[in-house]
Amino acid sequence: MMLLPCPWCGPRSAGEFRFTGESGPRPDPTTTTTDEWRSYLYLQDNPCGWSREGWYHGAGCRRFFTVERNTLSNEVRATGGPR
Amino acid sequence: MVTSTNGAHGQNGNGHRPSRLRDYSAWTLFRRGLDGSDWPRAWHDHDLRSSYDAVIIGGGVHGLATAYYLAKNHGIRNVAVLEKSYIGGGGSGRNTAILRSNYLTPEGVRFYDRSVKLYEHLAADLNFNVMFSQRGHLTLAHNDSSLRTMHWRTEVNKLQGVDSEVIGPDKIKELVPYLDTSERTRYPILGALYHPPGGIIRHDAVVWGYARGADAHGVHIHQKTEVTGIDVEHGRVTGVQTTRGRIATPIVLNATAGWSTLISNMAGVKMPVQTFPLQAAVTEPVKPFLDTVVVSGTLHVYVSQSDRGELVFGASVDPFASYSIRGSLEFTEGIAGHVLELMPPLSKMRLLRQWAGLCDMTPDYSPIMGPTDVEGFYVDVGWGTYGFKAGPVAGEAMAACIADRRPPEIISAFGLDRFLAGRLVGEKGAAAVGH
Ligand SMILES: Cc1cc2nc3c(=O)[nH]c(=O)nc-3n(C[C@H](O)[C@H](O)[C@H](O)COP(=O)(O)OP(=O)(O)OC[C@H]3O[C@@H](n4cnc5c(N)ncnc54)[C@H](O)[C@@H]3O)c2cc1C
Ligand SMILES: [Zn+2]
Repeated sequence: MMLLPCPWCGPRSAGEFRFTGESGPRPDPTTTTTDEWRSYLYLQDNPCGWSREGWYHGAGCRRFFTVERNTLSNEVRATGGPR
Repeated sequence: MVTSTNGAHGQNGNGHRPSRLRDYSAWTLFRRGLDGSDWPRAWHDHDLRSSYDAVIIGGGVHGLATAYYLAKNHGIRNVAVLEKSYIGGGGSGRNTAILRSNYLTPEGVRFYDRSVKLYEHLAADLNFNVMFSQRGHLTLAHNDSSLRTMHWRTEVNKLQGVDSEVIGPDKIKELVPYLDTSERTRYPILGALYHPPGGIIRHDAVVWGYARGADAHGVHIHQKTEVTGIDVEHGRVTGVQTTRGRIATPIVLNATAGWSTLISNMAGVKMPVQTFPLQAAVTEPVKPFLDTVVVSGTLHVYVSQSDRGELVFGASVDPFASYSIRGSLEFTEGIAGHVLELMPPLSKMRLLRQWAGLCDMTPDYSPIMGPTDVEGFYVDVGWGTYGFKAGPVAGEAMAACIADRRPPEIISAFGLDRFLAGRLVGEKGAAAVGH
Protein backbone atom coordinates (compact mmCIF):
# COMPACT_ATOMS: atom_id res chain seq x y z
CA MET A 1 0.00 0.00 0.00
CA MET A 2 1.30 3.44 -0.89
CA LEU A 3 0.81 6.30 1.57
CA LEU A 4 0.39 9.86 0.33
CA PRO A 5 1.10 12.87 2.55
CA CYS A 6 -2.04 15.00 2.25
CA PRO A 7 -1.04 18.48 3.51
CA TRP A 8 -4.39 18.75 5.30
CA CYS A 9 -5.14 15.20 6.48
CA GLY A 10 -1.69 13.68 6.93
CA PRO A 11 -0.56 10.35 5.47
CA ARG A 12 -3.42 8.33 3.93
CA SER A 13 -3.71 5.29 1.68
CA ALA A 14 -3.31 6.15 -2.01
CA GLY A 15 -6.69 4.53 -2.66
CA GLU A 16 -8.37 7.62 -1.16
CA PHE A 17 -6.89 9.86 -3.84
CA ARG A 18 -7.17 10.46 -7.55
CA PHE A 19 -4.00 10.98 -9.58
CA THR A 20 -4.34 14.15 -11.68
CA GLY A 21 -1.06 13.94 -13.57
CA GLU A 22 2.19 15.84 -13.94
CA SER A 23 2.09 19.37 -12.66
CA GLY A 24 3.62 22.14 -14.67
CA PRO A 25 2.81 25.72 -15.63
CA ARG A 26 -0.52 26.11 -17.43
CA PRO A 27 -0.45 28.60 -20.29
CA ASP A 28 -2.82 31.56 -20.01
CA PRO A 29 -5.84 30.55 -22.16
CA THR A 30 -6.43 34.14 -23.26
CA THR A 31 -2.98 34.63 -24.78
CA THR A 32 -1.74 31.11 -25.60
CA THR A 33 -1.21 29.86 -29.15
CA THR A 34 -2.87 26.66 -30.37
CA ASP A 35 0.48 24.85 -30.46
CA GLU A 36 1.34 25.90 -26.92
CA TRP A 37 -2.05 24.83 -25.65
CA ARG A 38 -1.94 21.43 -27.35
CA SER A 39 1.61 20.86 -26.12
CA TYR A 40 0.38 21.60 -22.62
CA LEU A 41 -2.58 19.23 -23.05
CA TYR A 42 -0.82 16.28 -24.65
CA LEU A 43 2.96 16.24 -24.22
CA GLN A 44 4.29 14.60 -21.07
CA ASP A 45 7.68 14.46 -19.39
CA ASN A 46 6.87 10.92 -18.18
CA PRO A 47 10.07 10.74 -16.12
CA CYS A 48 11.47 7.51 -14.73
CA GLY A 49 12.48 8.84 -11.31
CA TRP A 50 11.39 11.90 -9.31
CA SER A 51 8.30 13.66 -10.64
CA ARG A 52 6.13 16.54 -9.40
CA GLU A 53 2.49 15.65 -9.73
CA GLY A 54 -1.02 16.50 -8.63
CA TRP A 55 -3.40 14.42 -6.51
CA TYR A 56 -6.98 14.99 -5.40
CA HIS A 57 -8.10 13.77 -1.99
CA GLY A 58 -11.55 12.61 -3.09
CA ALA A 59 -12.28 10.41 -0.07
CA GLY A 60 -10.95 12.97 2.42
CA CYS A 61 -10.67 16.75 2.43
CA ARG A 62 -11.50 16.96 -1.30
CA ARG A 63 -8.63 19.28 -2.01
CA PHE A 64 -5.92 19.23 -4.67
CA PHE A 65 -2.25 19.19 -3.75
CA THR A 66 1.18 18.45 -5.17
CA VAL A 67 3.68 15.78 -4.16
CA GLU A 68 7.01 14.53 -5.40
CA ARG A 69 7.06 10.84 -6.21
CA ASN A 70 9.74 8.57 -7.57
CA THR A 71 7.94 6.82 -10.43
CA LEU A 72 10.29 3.83 -10.33
CA SER A 73 10.19 3.06 -6.59
CA ASN A 74 6.88 4.85 -5.80
CA GLU A 75 8.62 6.54 -2.85
CA VAL A 76 6.79 9.78 -2.02
CA ARG A 77 7.93 13.00 -0.35
CA ALA A 78 5.97 16.09 0.53
CA THR A 79 6.62 19.23 -1.46
CA GLY A 80 6.24 21.63 1.40
CA GLY A 81 3.17 22.89 -0.45
CA PRO A 82 -0.05 24.31 1.05
CA ARG A 83 -0.67 23.77 4.73
CA MET B 1 17.04 4.49 -50.15
CA VAL B 2 18.46 2.04 -47.67
CA THR B 3 20.69 -0.64 -49.12
CA SER B 4 21.45 -3.85 -47.36
CA THR B 5 24.85 -5.37 -46.90
CA ASN B 6 25.36 -9.09 -46.65
CA GLY B 7 23.82 -9.72 -43.26
CA ALA B 8 22.43 -13.08 -44.32
CA HIS B 9 25.75 -14.65 -45.21
CA GLY B 10 29.22 -14.85 -43.79
CA GLN B 11 30.47 -15.93 -40.39
CA ASN B 12 28.83 -14.69 -37.23
CA GLY B 13 30.45 -14.23 -33.85
CA ASN B 14 29.91 -17.82 -32.76
CA GLY B 15 31.69 -19.22 -35.74
CA HIS B 16 28.65 -20.91 -37.26
CA ARG B 17 26.86 -19.68 -40.33
CA PRO B 18 23.45 -18.10 -39.81
CA SER B 19 21.16 -20.94 -40.77
CA ARG B 20 18.42 -20.76 -43.34
CA LEU B 21 15.00 -21.23 -41.82
CA ARG B 22 14.96 -24.93 -41.09
CA ASP B 23 11.49 -26.34 -41.23
CA TYR B 24 9.75 -27.78 -38.25
CA SER B 25 7.63 -30.60 -39.63
CA ALA B 26 6.21 -33.99 -38.72
CA TRP B 27 9.13 -35.51 -40.61
CA THR B 28 11.86 -33.63 -38.67
CA LEU B 29 10.08 -34.44 -35.41
CA PHE B 30 10.08 -38.11 -36.35
CA ARG B 31 13.72 -38.06 -37.47
CA ARG B 32 14.95 -36.33 -34.32
CA GLY B 33 12.92 -38.75 -32.27
CA LEU B 34 14.85 -41.55 -33.93
CA ASP B 35 18.39 -40.17 -33.85
CA GLY B 36 17.96 -38.25 -30.58
CA SER B 37 20.02 -35.27 -31.80
CA ASP B 38 19.57 -31.74 -30.41
CA TRP B 39 17.31 -29.25 -32.13
CA PRO B 40 19.25 -26.36 -33.69
CA ARG B 41 19.04 -23.05 -31.86
CA ALA B 42 16.09 -20.98 -33.09
CA TRP B 43 18.16 -17.76 -33.08
CA HIS B 44 21.81 -16.96 -32.47
CA ASP B 45 24.11 -14.66 -30.53
CA HIS B 46 26.40 -12.39 -32.51
CA ASP B 47 29.21 -9.93 -31.97
CA LEU B 48 28.03 -6.34 -32.22
CA ARG B 49 28.89 -4.87 -35.62
CA SER B 50 30.18 -1.32 -35.61
CA SER B 51 27.46 -0.32 -38.04
CA TYR B 52 24.06 -1.50 -39.25
CA ASP B 53 21.69 -0.25 -41.95
CA ALA B 54 18.98 -0.02 -39.29
CA VAL B 55 18.83 -0.40 -35.52
CA ILE B 56 15.61 -1.38 -33.80
CA ILE B 57 15.44 -0.67 -30.07
CA GLY B 58 13.22 -3.10 -28.16
CA GLY B 59 12.98 -6.87 -28.57
CA GLY B 60 9.22 -7.18 -28.14
CA VAL B 61 6.75 -8.30 -30.77
CA HIS B 62 6.87 -4.88 -32.46
CA GLY B 63 10.65 -4.66 -32.79
CA LEU B 64 11.05 -8.27 -33.89
CA ALA B 65 8.15 -8.18 -36.38
CA THR B 66 9.53 -4.99 -37.93
CA ALA B 67 12.95 -6.62 -38.28
CA TYR B 68 11.39 -9.71 -39.84
CA TYR B 69 9.38 -7.77 -42.45
CA LEU B 70 12.30 -5.41 -43.19
CA ALA B 71 14.35 -8.46 -44.14
CA LYS B 72 11.61 -10.54 -45.73
CA ASN B 73 9.57 -7.93 -47.59
CA HIS B 74 12.24 -5.33 -48.36
CA GLY B 75 15.55 -7.23 -48.42
CA ILE B 76 17.00 -4.98 -45.68
CA ARG B 77 18.91 -7.57 -43.67
CA ASN B 78 21.79 -5.74 -42.06
CA VAL B 79 19.59 -4.93 -39.09
CA ALA B 80 20.12 -5.15 -35.33
CA VAL B 81 17.42 -5.57 -32.72
CA LEU B 82 18.73 -4.30 -29.37
CA GLU B 83 17.07 -5.60 -26.22
CA LYS B 84 18.21 -4.54 -22.76
CA SER B 85 17.09 -7.76 -21.07
CA TYR B 86 15.68 -10.79 -22.92
CA ILE B 87 13.32 -10.83 -25.91
CA GLY B 88 9.71 -10.78 -24.80
CA GLY B 89 10.74 -9.48 -21.36
CA GLY B 90 8.53 -6.39 -21.74
CA GLY B 91 4.82 -6.24 -22.43
CA SER B 92 5.11 -8.88 -25.15
CA GLY B 93 5.75 -11.62 -22.60
CA ARG B 94 3.38 -10.22 -19.97
CA ASN B 95 0.16 -9.59 -21.82
CA THR B 96 -3.06 -11.57 -21.74
CA ALA B 97 -2.80 -12.34 -25.46
CA ILE B 98 -6.23 -11.18 -26.59
CA LEU B 99 -6.59 -10.47 -30.31
CA ARG B 100 -9.55 -8.69 -31.91
CA SER B 101 -10.38 -5.98 -34.42
CA ASN B 102 -13.78 -4.63 -33.26
CA TYR B 103 -12.56 -1.08 -32.65
CA LEU B 104 -14.47 2.18 -32.91
CA THR B 105 -12.84 4.39 -35.55
CA PRO B 106 -12.64 3.35 -39.23
CA GLU B 107 -8.84 3.91 -39.13
CA GLY B 108 -8.54 1.65 -36.10
CA VAL B 109 -10.83 -1.12 -37.34
CA ARG B 110 -9.08 -1.33 -40.70
CA PHE B 111 -5.65 -1.42 -39.05
CA TYR B 112 -6.42 -4.07 -36.42
CA ASP B 113 -8.33 -6.16 -38.96
CA ARG B 114 -5.20 -6.40 -41.11
CA SER B 115 -3.38 -7.65 -38.01
CA VAL B 116 -5.93 -10.38 -37.29
CA LYS B 117 -5.64 -11.48 -40.95
CA LEU B 118 -1.84 -11.66 -40.66
CA TYR B 119 -2.18 -13.60 -37.39
CA GLU B 120 -4.48 -16.10 -39.10
CA HIS B 121 -1.63 -17.10 -41.40
CA LEU B 122 1.26 -16.45 -39.04
CA ALA B 123 1.88 -20.05 -37.97
CA ALA B 124 2.28 -21.09 -41.62
CA ASP B 125 4.29 -17.99 -42.52
CA LEU B 126 6.74 -18.44 -39.64
CA ASN B 127 6.63 -22.25 -39.58
CA PHE B 128 6.07 -21.89 -35.84
CA ASN B 129 2.95 -22.91 -33.94
CA VAL B 130 1.56 -19.70 -32.43
CA MET B 131 -1.63 -21.42 -31.21
CA PHE B 132 -4.09 -18.75 -32.38
CA SER B 133 -7.49 -19.78 -31.06
CA GLN B 134 -10.31 -17.74 -32.64
CA ARG B 135 -12.82 -18.59 -29.98
CA GLY B 136 -14.89 -15.39 -30.05
CA HIS B 137 -14.77 -12.24 -27.97
CA LEU B 138 -17.65 -10.84 -25.88
CA THR B 139 -17.75 -7.31 -24.48
CA LEU B 140 -20.56 -7.01 -21.95
CA ALA B 141 -22.76 -3.94 -21.62
CA HIS B 142 -24.16 -3.16 -18.19
CA ASN B 143 -25.72 0.20 -19.01
CA ASP B 144 -27.42 2.04 -21.87
CA SER B 145 -24.43 4.12 -22.84
CA SER B 146 -22.18 1.07 -23.33
CA LEU B 147 -24.93 -0.61 -25.33
CA ARG B 148 -25.12 2.46 -27.53
CA THR B 149 -21.34 2.47 -28.08
CA MET B 150 -21.56 -1.22 -29.02
CA HIS B 151 -24.20 -0.57 -31.67
CA TRP B 152 -21.98 2.19 -33.00
CA ARG B 153 -18.97 -0.15 -33.09
CA THR B 154 -21.01 -2.87 -34.81
CA GLU B 155 -21.97 -0.51 -37.62
CA VAL B 156 -18.40 0.77 -38.10
CA ASN B 157 -17.13 -2.83 -38.01
CA LYS B 158 -19.66 -4.05 -40.59
CA LEU B 159 -18.71 -1.24 -42.97
CA GLN B 160 -15.13 -2.53 -42.84
CA GLY B 161 -16.23 -6.13 -43.31
CA VAL B 162 -15.44 -7.10 -39.71
CA ASP B 163 -17.71 -9.69 -38.09
CA SER B 164 -19.42 -8.01 -35.10
CA GLU B 165 -22.94 -7.98 -33.69
CA VAL B 166 -24.83 -6.92 -30.58
CA ILE B 167 -26.48 -9.88 -28.83
CA GLY B 168 -28.89 -10.13 -25.90
CA PRO B 169 -28.64 -11.92 -22.54
CA ASP B 170 -30.16 -15.19 -23.84
CA LYS B 171 -27.55 -15.63 -26.54
CA ILE B 172 -24.85 -14.60 -24.04
CA LYS B 173 -26.01 -17.28 -21.62
CA GLU B 174 -25.81 -19.85 -24.42
CA LEU B 175 -22.22 -18.88 -25.17
CA VAL B 176 -21.11 -18.63 -21.54
CA PRO B 177 -23.41 -20.66 -19.28
CA TYR B 178 -21.53 -19.73 -16.11
CA LEU B 179 -22.15 -15.99 -16.47
CA ASP B 180 -24.66 -14.49 -14.09
CA THR B 181 -27.10 -12.97 -16.59
CA SER B 182 -29.93 -12.57 -14.07
CA GLU B 183 -31.44 -9.20 -13.30
CA ARG B 184 -30.76 -9.32 -9.59
CA THR B 185 -27.05 -8.46 -9.87
CA ARG B 186 -25.62 -5.07 -9.02
CA TYR B 187 -24.81 -4.40 -12.68
CA PRO B 188 -27.16 -6.57 -14.76
CA ILE B 189 -25.91 -7.60 -18.19
CA LEU B 190 -28.03 -5.85 -20.82
CA GLY B 191 -26.29 -7.18 -23.91
CA ALA B 192 -22.90 -7.75 -25.46
CA LEU B 193 -20.81 -6.97 -28.48
CA TYR B 194 -19.99 -10.36 -29.98
CA HIS B 195 -16.93 -10.62 -32.22
CA PRO B 196 -16.42 -14.22 -33.45
CA PRO B 197 -12.93 -13.78 -35.03
CA GLY B 198 -11.44 -12.50 -31.75
CA GLY B 199 -9.55 -14.87 -29.50
CA ILE B 200 -6.28 -15.64 -27.76
CA ILE B 201 -2.83 -16.67 -28.90
CA ARG B 202 0.39 -17.99 -27.37
CA HIS B 203 2.23 -14.69 -26.93
CA ASP B 204 5.70 -16.17 -26.29
CA ALA B 205 5.42 -18.25 -29.43
CA VAL B 206 4.69 -15.14 -31.50
CA VAL B 207 7.81 -13.43 -30.10
CA TRP B 208 10.00 -16.50 -30.61
CA GLY B 209 8.57 -17.20 -34.07
CA TYR B 210 9.39 -13.67 -35.26
CA ALA B 211 12.84 -13.87 -33.65
CA ARG B 212 13.55 -17.16 -35.41
CA GLY B 213 12.26 -15.81 -38.73
CA ALA B 214 14.25 -12.58 -38.47
CA ASP B 215 17.41 -14.48 -37.46
CA ALA B 216 17.05 -16.81 -40.43
CA HIS B 217 16.91 -13.77 -42.73
CA GLY B 218 20.17 -12.45 -41.28
CA VAL B 219 18.94 -10.01 -38.64
CA HIS B 220 21.12 -9.78 -35.50
CA ILE B 221 19.20 -10.05 -32.25
CA HIS B 222 21.29 -8.67 -29.38
CA GLN B 223 19.90 -9.44 -25.95
CA LYS B 224 21.34 -7.85 -22.78
CA THR B 225 22.26 -4.82 -24.87
CA GLU B 226 20.86 -1.57 -23.51
CA VAL B 227 20.69 1.63 -25.49
CA THR B 228 22.04 4.51 -23.41
CA GLY B 229 22.11 7.31 -25.96
CA ILE B 230 21.22 8.30 -29.50
CA ASP B 231 23.58 10.39 -31.62
CA VAL B 232 21.90 13.13 -33.61
CA GLU B 233 23.92 15.46 -35.85
CA HIS B 234 22.38 18.34 -37.81
CA GLY B 235 18.89 16.99 -37.21
CA ARG B 236 19.59 13.43 -38.30
CA VAL B 237 20.41 10.18 -36.56
CA THR B 238 23.97 8.94 -36.91
CA GLY B 239 24.18 6.18 -34.33
CA VAL B 240 23.28 4.74 -30.95
CA GLN B 241 25.31 4.28 -27.77
CA THR B 242 24.89 0.95 -26.01
CA THR B 243 26.28 -0.86 -23.00
CA ARG B 244 28.34 -2.89 -25.50
CA GLY B 245 29.66 0.04 -27.52
CA ARG B 246 28.62 2.46 -30.23
CA ILE B 247 26.81 1.48 -33.40
CA ALA B 248 26.74 3.77 -36.44
CA THR B 249 23.40 3.74 -38.25
CA PRO B 250 21.24 6.12 -40.29
CA ILE B 251 17.96 4.54 -39.09
CA VAL B 252 16.72 4.01 -35.54
CA LEU B 253 13.29 2.69 -34.60
CA ASN B 254 11.98 3.21 -31.08
CA ALA B 255 9.86 0.12 -30.26
CA THR B 256 10.20 0.19 -26.49
CA ALA B 257 6.56 0.64 -25.42
CA GLY B 258 6.55 1.51 -21.68
CA TRP B 259 10.11 2.88 -21.85
CA SER B 260 9.62 4.73 -25.14
CA THR B 261 9.63 8.24 -23.64
CA LEU B 262 13.13 7.64 -22.29
CA ILE B 263 14.38 6.54 -25.72
CA SER B 264 12.70 9.43 -27.55
CA ASN B 265 14.22 11.85 -25.03
CA MET B 266 17.66 10.58 -26.09
CA ALA B 267 16.89 11.84 -29.61
CA GLY B 268 15.29 15.04 -28.29
CA VAL B 269 11.75 14.10 -29.38
CA LYS B 270 8.91 15.03 -26.97
CA MET B 271 6.10 12.50 -26.65
CA PRO B 272 2.45 12.48 -25.61
CA VAL B 273 2.94 9.25 -23.67
CA GLN B 274 2.49 8.36 -20.03
CA THR B 275 3.64 5.04 -18.59
CA PHE B 276 1.19 3.09 -16.44
CA PRO B 277 1.52 -0.41 -14.98
CA LEU B 278 -1.08 -2.98 -15.98
CA GLN B 279 -1.60 -6.09 -13.90
CA ALA B 280 -2.91 -9.54 -14.67
CA ALA B 281 -3.31 -12.84 -12.84
CA VAL B 282 -3.97 -16.52 -13.50
CA THR B 283 -5.69 -19.18 -11.44
CA GLU B 284 -4.80 -22.81 -11.02
CA PRO B 285 -5.69 -24.86 -14.12
CA VAL B 286 -9.10 -26.52 -14.38
CA LYS B 287 -10.93 -28.44 -17.10
CA PRO B 288 -11.96 -26.35 -20.10
CA PHE B 289 -15.34 -24.68 -19.53
CA LEU B 290 -14.98 -21.15 -20.89
CA ASP B 291 -14.89 -20.98 -24.69
CA THR B 292 -14.93 -17.23 -25.25
CA VAL B 293 -13.07 -14.19 -24.04
CA VAL B 294 -15.35 -12.21 -21.70
CA VAL B 295 -14.76 -8.50 -21.07
CA SER B 296 -16.68 -6.08 -18.88
CA GLY B 297 -15.71 -2.44 -19.16
CA THR B 298 -18.04 -1.42 -16.36
CA LEU B 299 -16.54 -3.91 -13.91
CA HIS B 300 -13.00 -3.28 -15.21
CA VAL B 301 -12.30 -6.95 -15.68
CA TYR B 302 -11.81 -9.57 -18.37
CA VAL B 303 -11.50 -13.35 -18.26
CA SER B 304 -10.39 -16.07 -20.65
CA GLN B 305 -9.26 -19.67 -20.22
CA SER B 306 -5.84 -20.60 -21.51
CA ASP B 307 -5.10 -23.82 -23.38
CA ARG B 308 -3.54 -25.10 -20.16
CA GLY B 309 -6.83 -24.53 -18.34
CA GLU B 310 -5.79 -21.54 -16.23
CA LEU B 311 -8.23 -18.67 -16.02
CA VAL B 312 -6.50 -15.49 -17.12
CA PHE B 313 -7.76 -12.31 -15.43
CA GLY B 314 -7.00 -8.75 -16.43
CA ALA B 315 -8.17 -5.27 -15.54
CA SER B 316 -7.58 -1.65 -16.48
CA VAL B 317 -4.27 0.09 -15.78
CA ASP B 318 -3.19 1.02 -12.25
CA PRO B 319 -4.66 4.33 -11.07
CA PHE B 320 -1.41 6.30 -11.32
CA ALA B 321 1.55 6.56 -13.70
CA SER B 322 4.60 4.50 -12.73
CA TYR B 323 7.56 2.51 -14.06
CA SER B 324 7.25 0.04 -11.19
CA ILE B 325 6.24 -3.48 -12.17
CA ARG B 326 5.19 -4.67 -8.72
CA GLY B 327 1.77 -6.17 -8.24
CA SER B 328 -0.61 -4.77 -5.63
CA LEU B 329 -3.09 -6.19 -3.16
CA GLU B 330 -5.68 -3.62 -4.28
CA PHE B 331 -5.60 -5.18 -7.73
CA THR B 332 -6.06 -8.73 -6.44
CA GLU B 333 -8.96 -7.75 -4.23
CA GLY B 334 -10.64 -5.75 -6.97
CA ILE B 335 -10.28 -8.38 -9.64
CA ALA B 336 -11.47 -11.22 -7.43
CA GLY B 337 -14.59 -9.27 -6.46
CA HIS B 338 -15.44 -8.33 -10.00
CA VAL B 339 -14.85 -11.79 -11.45
CA LEU B 340 -17.20 -13.23 -8.84
CA GLU B 341 -19.88 -10.70 -9.71
CA LEU B 342 -19.73 -12.05 -13.26
CA MET B 343 -19.22 -15.75 -12.47
CA PRO B 344 -20.19 -16.62 -8.88
CA PRO B 345 -19.30 -20.34 -9.24
CA LEU B 346 -15.59 -19.43 -9.42
CA SER B 347 -15.44 -18.54 -5.72
CA LYS B 348 -13.40 -21.65 -4.85
CA MET B 349 -10.71 -21.05 -7.49
CA ARG B 350 -7.23 -20.19 -6.27
CA LEU B 351 -4.93 -17.58 -7.80
CA LEU B 352 -1.60 -18.97 -8.93
CA ARG B 353 0.32 -15.92 -10.10
CA GLN B 354 0.01 -12.18 -10.48
CA TRP B 355 2.29 -9.85 -12.40
CA ALA B 356 2.53 -6.41 -14.00
CA GLY B 357 3.87 -4.88 -17.20
CA LEU B 358 4.33 -1.31 -18.42
CA CYS B 359 1.90 0.36 -20.81
CA ASP B 360 2.63 3.47 -22.88
CA MET B 361 -0.71 5.29 -22.79
CA THR B 362 -1.57 8.01 -25.32
CA PRO B 363 -4.26 10.70 -24.95
CA ASP B 364 -6.52 9.14 -27.62
CA TYR B 365 -5.87 5.43 -26.98
CA SER B 366 -4.38 5.07 -30.47
CA PRO B 367 -0.75 4.23 -31.28
CA ILE B 368 1.94 6.59 -32.59
CA MET B 369 3.70 5.30 -35.69
CA GLY B 370 5.99 6.85 -38.26
CA PRO B 371 8.80 9.38 -38.68
CA THR B 372 9.67 12.21 -36.27
CA ASP B 373 11.28 15.62 -36.69
CA VAL B 374 14.69 13.95 -36.34
CA GLU B 375 15.56 12.44 -39.70
CA GLY B 376 16.04 8.68 -39.51
CA PHE B 377 14.43 8.43 -36.06
CA TYR B 378 11.13 6.53 -36.21
CA VAL B 379 8.66 5.60 -33.50
CA ASP B 380 6.30 2.65 -33.13
CA VAL B 381 4.91 3.34 -29.67
CA GLY B 382 1.79 4.26 -27.73
CA TRP B 383 0.64 0.65 -27.57
CA GLY B 384 -0.99 1.10 -24.21
CA THR B 385 -2.85 -1.97 -23.03
CA TYR B 386 -3.71 -3.24 -26.51
CA GLY B 387 -0.56 -3.47 -28.62
CA PHE B 388 0.12 -7.17 -28.77
CA LYS B 389 -2.64 -7.76 -31.28
CA ALA B 390 -1.06 -5.13 -33.54
CA GLY B 391 2.41 -6.71 -33.70
CA PRO B 392 2.15 -8.13 -37.24
CA VAL B 393 0.48 -5.15 -38.92
CA ALA B 394 2.70 -2.66 -37.11
CA GLY B 395 5.81 -4.62 -38.11
CA GLU B 396 4.67 -4.80 -41.71
CA ALA B 397 3.76 -1.11 -41.85
CA MET B 398 6.87 0.17 -40.03
CA ALA B 399 9.11 -1.93 -42.29
CA ALA B 400 7.43 -0.33 -45.31
CA CYS B 401 7.69 3.10 -43.69
CA ILE B 402 11.45 2.69 -43.17
CA ALA B 403 12.12 1.14 -46.59
CA ASP B 404 10.05 3.68 -48.56
CA ARG B 405 10.87 6.62 -46.29
CA ARG B 406 7.19 7.45 -45.83
CA PRO B 407 4.30 5.97 -43.83
CA PRO B 408 2.06 3.60 -45.80
CA GLU B 409 -1.62 4.52 -46.04
CA ILE B 410 -2.74 2.08 -43.33
CA ILE B 411 -0.88 4.01 -40.61
CA SER B 412 -1.19 7.51 -42.06
CA ALA B 413 -3.68 8.56 -39.35
CA PHE B 414 -1.35 7.54 -36.51
CA GLY B 415 1.55 9.99 -36.95
CA LEU B 416 3.17 11.84 -34.04
CA ASP B 417 2.19 15.12 -35.71
CA ARG B 418 -1.52 14.46 -35.11
CA PHE B 419 -1.40 15.81 -31.55
CA LEU B 420 -0.19 19.30 -32.37
CA ALA B 421 -2.44 19.29 -35.45
CA GLY B 422 -5.45 18.38 -33.30
CA ARG B 423 -6.34 15.26 -35.38
CA LEU B 424 -6.78 12.71 -32.60
CA VAL B 425 -8.06 9.19 -33.35
CA GLY B 426 -10.30 8.59 -30.34
CA GLU B 427 -10.41 4.89 -29.49
CA LYS B 428 -11.15 5.13 -25.77
CA GLY B 429 -14.63 3.66 -26.23
CA ALA B 430 -13.12 0.46 -27.67
CA ALA B 431 -9.72 0.25 -26.00
CA ALA B 432 -9.97 1.40 -22.38
CA VAL B 433 -10.46 -2.07 -20.85
CA GLY B 434 -11.08 -4.25 -23.88
CA HIS B 435 -7.43 -5.08 -24.71
C1 LIG C 1 -0.80 -7.31 -18.14
C2 LIG C 1 -0.90 -6.89 -19.57
C3 LIG C 1 -1.93 -7.39 -20.36
C4 LIG C 1 -2.03 -7.03 -21.71
N1 LIG C 1 -3.01 -7.62 -22.46
C5 LIG C 1 -3.03 -7.39 -23.81
C6 LIG C 1 -3.96 -8.11 -24.62
O1 LIG C 1 -4.72 -8.96 -24.14
N2 LIG C 1 -3.98 -7.85 -25.96
C7 LIG C 1 -3.13 -6.93 -26.53
O2 LIG C 1 -3.20 -6.72 -27.74
N3 LIG C 1 -2.23 -6.24 -25.77
C8 LIG C 1 -2.16 -6.46 -24.43
N4 LIG C 1 -1.24 -5.79 -23.64
C9 LIG C 1 -0.38 -4.77 -24.26
C10 LIG C 1 0.80 -5.41 -24.98
O3 LIG C 1 1.45 -6.32 -24.13
C11 LIG C 1 1.82 -4.35 -25.43
O4 LIG C 1 1.16 -3.27 -26.05
C12 LIG C 1 2.81 -4.94 -26.42
O5 LIG C 1 3.37 -6.13 -25.93
C13 LIG C 1 3.89 -3.94 -26.76
O6 LIG C 1 4.88 -4.61 -27.51
P1 LIG C 1 6.22 -3.89 -27.86
O7 LIG C 1 7.01 -4.84 -28.69
O8 LIG C 1 5.93 -2.56 -28.44
O9 LIG C 1 6.91 -3.60 -26.46
P2 LIG C 1 7.52 -4.57 -25.33
O10 LIG C 1 7.12 -5.97 -25.53
O11 LIG C 1 7.24 -3.95 -24.02
O12 LIG C 1 9.05 -4.50 -25.66
C14 LIG C 1 9.81 -3.35 -25.41
C15 LIG C 1 11.20 -3.83 -25.08
O13 LIG C 1 12.09 -2.72 -25.06
C16 LIG C 1 13.11 -3.05 -24.16
N5 LIG C 1 13.83 -1.84 -23.79
C17 LIG C 1 13.39 -0.82 -23.01
N6 LIG C 1 14.35 0.12 -22.88
C18 LIG C 1 15.42 -0.31 -23.60
C19 LIG C 1 16.73 0.22 -23.84
N7 LIG C 1 17.13 1.40 -23.31
N8 LIG C 1 17.57 -0.49 -24.63
C20 LIG C 1 17.19 -1.69 -25.17
N9 LIG C 1 15.97 -2.23 -24.96
C21 LIG C 1 15.09 -1.55 -24.18
C22 LIG C 1 12.38 -3.71 -23.00
O14 LIG C 1 13.23 -4.50 -22.21
C23 LIG C 1 11.30 -4.51 -23.72
O15 LIG C 1 11.63 -5.87 -23.90
C24 LIG C 1 -1.11 -6.11 -22.28
C25 LIG C 1 -0.10 -5.58 -21.49
C26 LIG C 1 0.04 -5.97 -20.15
C27 LIG C 1 1.15 -5.40 -19.33
ZN1 LIG D 1 -6.86 15.46 2.57
